[in-house]
Amino acid sequence: MNLKPETLSKIDEVITHYPTKRSATLPLLHLIQEDVGHLPPDTSEWVAAKLELQPINVLEVITFYPMFRQKPIGRRHIKVCRTLSCALLGGYKTCAAFEKEFHTHLGEVSPDGEVTVDFVECLASCGTAPVVMIDDELHEKVDCAKAKQLSDQIKAEAKKR
Amino acid sequence: MIAPAKPDLVTVNIDGQEIAVPKGTNVIEAARLVNVDVPHYCYHPKLSVVGNCRMCLIEMGMPAVDPATKAPIMDPATGKQKINWIPRPQIGCGTNVSPGLHVKTTSPMVKDAREGVMEFLLINHPLDCPICDQAGECKLQEQATGYGRGYSRFVEQKNVKPKRTQLGPRVTLDDERCILCSRCIRFSKEIAQDDVLGFVDRGSYSTLTCYPGKKLENNYSLNTVDICPVGALTSTDFRFKMRVWFLKQTNAIDTESSVGANTLVWSREGTIYRITPRRNDEVNDTWLADSARVLYKAVKAADRLAATETIEVLVARAAALFKSTPGAIAVVGSARSTVEEQFFTRHLATALKASAQLVSRVGQGDKLLISADRNPNVRGALVTGLIKTLPAQQLTDLAAQIDAGKIKVVVAINEDLAAAGLTAAQLAKVSIVYLGAHANATSAAAKVVFPTLTVFEKSGTYVNQQFRIQKTLKAVPAAAGATDDLVVLAQLVAAAGGAALPAELGLLWKVIAAEVPALATMTFANLPETGLVLDATPYAALPFVEGETLHYKPAQPAVAAATA
Amino acid sequence: MPAPEQHRIIFKHIDEPGYTNDIGCYLRNGGYEVLKKAVARKPEDIIDEVKKSGLRGRGGAGFPCGVKWGLVDRKSGKPIYLIVNADESEPGTFKDRYIMHQDPHQLIESTMISCFANNVKQAYIYIRGEMPHGARILEKAIAEARVANFVGPNILGTGYSCEIFVHRGAGAYICGEETGLIESLEGKRANPRIKPPYFPAVLGLYQCPTIVNNVETLCHVKYIAEHGGAEYAKIGTPGNTGTRIFCVSGHVQRPGYYEFPAGTITMGQLLNEVCGGPLPGRKFKAVIPGGSSAKILRFGERFKGKRKVGTELVDYDWGVEDVPMDFDSLGMIGTMGGSGGVIVMDDTVNMVEALANINAFYSHESCGQCTPCREGSLWMKKITSRMVHGQARNEDAALLKSVADQIPGRTICAFGEACSWPTQSFIAKFGDEFKQYPETKKTAKPADAVALV
Repeated sequence: MNLKPETLSKIDEVITHYPTKRSATLPLLHLIQEDVGHLPPDTSEWVAAKLELQPINVLEVITFYPMFRQKPIGRRHIKVCRTLSCALLGGYKTCAAFEKEFHTHLGEVSPDGEVTVDFVECLASCGTAPVVMIDDELHEKVDCAKAKQLSDQIKAEAKKR
Repeated sequence: MIAPAKPDLVTVNIDGQEIAVPKGTNVIEAARLVNVDVPHYCYHPKLSVVGNCRMCLIEMGMPAVDPATKAPIMDPATGKQKINWIPRPQIGCGTNVSPGLHVKTTSPMVKDAREGVMEFLLINHPLDCPICDQAGECKLQEQATGYGRGYSRFVEQKNVKPKRTQLGPRVTLDDERCILCSRCIRFSKEIAQDDVLGFVDRGSYSTLTCYPGKKLENNYSLNTVDICPVGALTSTDFRFKMRVWFLKQTNAIDTESSVGANTLVWSREGTIYRITPRRNDEVNDTWLADSARVLYKAVKAADRLAATETIEVLVARAAALFKSTPGAIAVVGSARSTVEEQFFTRHLATALKASAQLVSRVGQGDKLLISADRNPNVRGALVTGLIKTLPAQQLTDLAAQIDAGKIKVVVAINEDLAAAGLTAAQLAKVSIVYLGAHANATSAAAKVVFPTLTVFEKSGTYVNQQFRIQKTLKAVPAAAGATDDLVVLAQLVAAAGGAALPAELGLLWKVIAAEVPALATMTFANLPETGLVLDATPYAALPFVEGETLHYKPAQPAVAAATA
Repeated sequence: MPAPEQHRIIFKHIDEPGYTNDIGCYLRNGGYEVLKKAVARKPEDIIDEVKKSGLRGRGGAGFPCGVKWGLVDRKSGKPIYLIVNADESEPGTFKDRYIMHQDPHQLIESTMISCFANNVKQAYIYIRGEMPHGARILEKAIAEARVANFVGPNILGTGYSCEIFVHRGAGAYICGEETGLIESLEGKRANPRIKPPYFPAVLGLYQCPTIVNNVETLCHVKYIAEHGGAEYAKIGTPGNTGTRIFCVSGHVQRPGYYEFPAGTITMGQLLNEVCGGPLPGRKFKAVIPGGSSAKILRFGERFKGKRKVGTELVDYDWGVEDVPMDFDSLGMIGTMGGSGGVIVMDDTVNMVEALANINAFYSHESCGQCTPCREGSLWMKKITSRMVHGQARNEDAALLKSVADQIPGRTICAFGEACSWPTQSFIAKFGDEFKQYPETKKTAKPADAVALV
């Protein structure tokens, strides 16, 4: 596990928030994923050693919570809300629009490595449906036109790199 | 014996039967006491309660009282106190008794709940009972008879999960059969203290797994197979060997240490197929070490001894040796022998005017079901008076006496003298009469060899570390060419000029009861299945080697004797 | 009757131009004055005010907050924890998001008042993993409050100390269930605990007494501490005191969040007047009144019975539009106020497809621990998904109902109800549509039809 020094110091700090180390499991997994982009195979053992647990205790947690991913994803993570309120206002079309823009399928890294498009469950912004989270940013009322616009933005940023 | 303190009793009503049960008992256990079966999968009396299978749902109510006055509210129809039934079913495993608790286990609500759970458990279950090792002892199969629909309403694709995963050297996992009860996970964590199992993924896709890169290989791994209510976890050794309903079960004792775990030996037509734990809440609960389960392989081992001559010929030869060297005979008995054999050994030593000694075996205790004393019956030898002090690991004195020419004949019973420290030269210097089931350096050097039986071929008793005398029964007939140790010993005692002793256990125990004060009130037949604790006070000063194990605490801090 | 005016006490500053989420802005608007006064009072007084207020939890179950606090084991000698349930996940619910993003100090102050009242020394805010900004905003707000001595050691010189930490979830709806949340906070899979014995008030976080309150609920506590329980109880109606925030989504002209005195607005007023009615050319078909697990209502159905008004029993005969949006009235007609998430569906929606969407959600979110929910939720999902994407059978409606009936009341937690109520109510209310679905499928859909699953 090759973590940045600031991640390591955040990890040590967050452990102090709890009377038992095990409570820091989710925070540690978030910090590692933010640093690495996903949770590499040695995560369970590393976190277990850090928190005085058994690796299976960590693996059970990683696989329970959908936000934790054990495989790398594209540079940007497009998460389209799938749940009812968004679906009623075209969430499925929005999702298809992103897939088409990046020539990709749900859960896969797009051929250009730029994005991974995922359907996720309710993002608790049903009043502005359909909603999409791109990395940490919430985008509201994302119809197909707005999906196209957001995709263009991502592609433009990619070109600049 | 000290009577246990009387626990607080609580009176409850189960399906109309009133019963007083100890406080803290749950509904499943309380129902068991009135012979009411509350079906369950995840609940296990020796593991934490998680309440996840929902099979033990019962209907529950409490006597009605006026909220203001706390006076009982009577039901005019019955003249009894009215019962307020809770409108939704409750889990029997997670519900502890309280005074006046009423339980229905056969009401329509309960039946409906059980049928629902059964259908849910079966929709993603492969229904491959014809090729499943668990068939015949599968709880799912069993309950399907009572609560199954008889046909499937499920027309969707079943979940696909890993098949035939080797979790470790002895346990095979079929995830599609798993009903996610988590017993194995809890056992590994709580009892074996080897937290390697867990569920990955979520919901109906949850999958039992061993942490990748680790193995379920602790010496208790097969207990997960025992407690798996379905055919998800199976014994790799037993897999596809035999249908369980063909097997005969015999009560026996694990002889690998002084814990004396209670076992069941499963056999058919003289062949043993497996050994599983037999519940004894004072000794091993429901657990058994993996190492105890392979001991039966000794029965058909390649190095089994078989006689080529009749026992009369062999006894005559031994008698000749006894006569030729009066006063120069030593008897090496065994702490692996049964109480009865040790009683005979004492008689033999007395008749031969020989000293008797035993060989100690010490290893590391595992704090659970294998103690530091790897002999199952040191205490039996104390109780029968065969020895007064604890045996040593090496026969140093005997070796010295042989070197000094004071001992010319050694009778070795179930002990390899070479393993106990005698050199080949020393073995060559004496005439050996050997009794044992398997070949070893001693049998090879012996003048007279009596092939005898393994523990699975004979009945008898052992006294464990708690001074609990426990019975083991003959599971399979004696191997060809082998004779019951007691028959051989009885004839040797007679040949040595000792009293005539019966080799038949019923008759023998009359003699034992008459001669051994500690066993004065016992007979072999009336010894309870869970054993009987003998008075240990006469031996309190002895430095026993055992440390703490399940249900055993040494009287004083164990002497740092566990050197292995 | 025209709809009443919004009465914003919790959402007072939400969307207010110029209002920012830093402590300076909060202090300029009178922030932390209630906490300053509260820490000078006896903690029991604040608890009494909350009891008097009649405040009911806003997370979904509507359990009286004062009663919840009253159940806390205060004699165990163990620390008491308070957990802010900010795992807003019930589909259709989106109120806590705005409190945390736009007015985080309101939540911090409310939390500190509640902690003080209950002698809590450590609080955690368990926020959805999908709200990373919200978590950062709360962390910043806590840091600001700590500098200002509203959080941390020796608060305002009183000798009372209390810490708050933010804890992020990672995408599991079941963490909204309080014992699942506690397991998650302990670093485990969020498997809800069996009750008995694990009632949070006695054996909660780290087996210590624990209070778990929803974000909005706690914000009401601040208002109660400020104005008194009796005054608070004057807002709304008896048994449904204070204000309710309704989150309206789906097929209305003006979806969004609206705060009204509880029980003073009807479904019709909310949807037609406040939210502008159906989309052009459409008609309301169905509404789910309290988050997607609440039982659905069909426009056109009528509810008759007797209800208590004051001490009298009076007859009622309501259409969906006439139902007052309070816990008791919605409960009376067989559904629930829940978390206040109102999801509206118009006549373009096929109910089989809508249910397939909901079933996909619940089967995805079942923790998988107990049998009826684990197997039942996925089975229902598989049936409805097959009906939409594969072969639909006439007998599927009856099968769905039967499967759903085998779940509620038999599970470890309320998820059993949450996952089965949609199916039960969709079949009860729209059984005809389910039975006709094999036929319906033969007709081509309009080109602009929206897929729901």
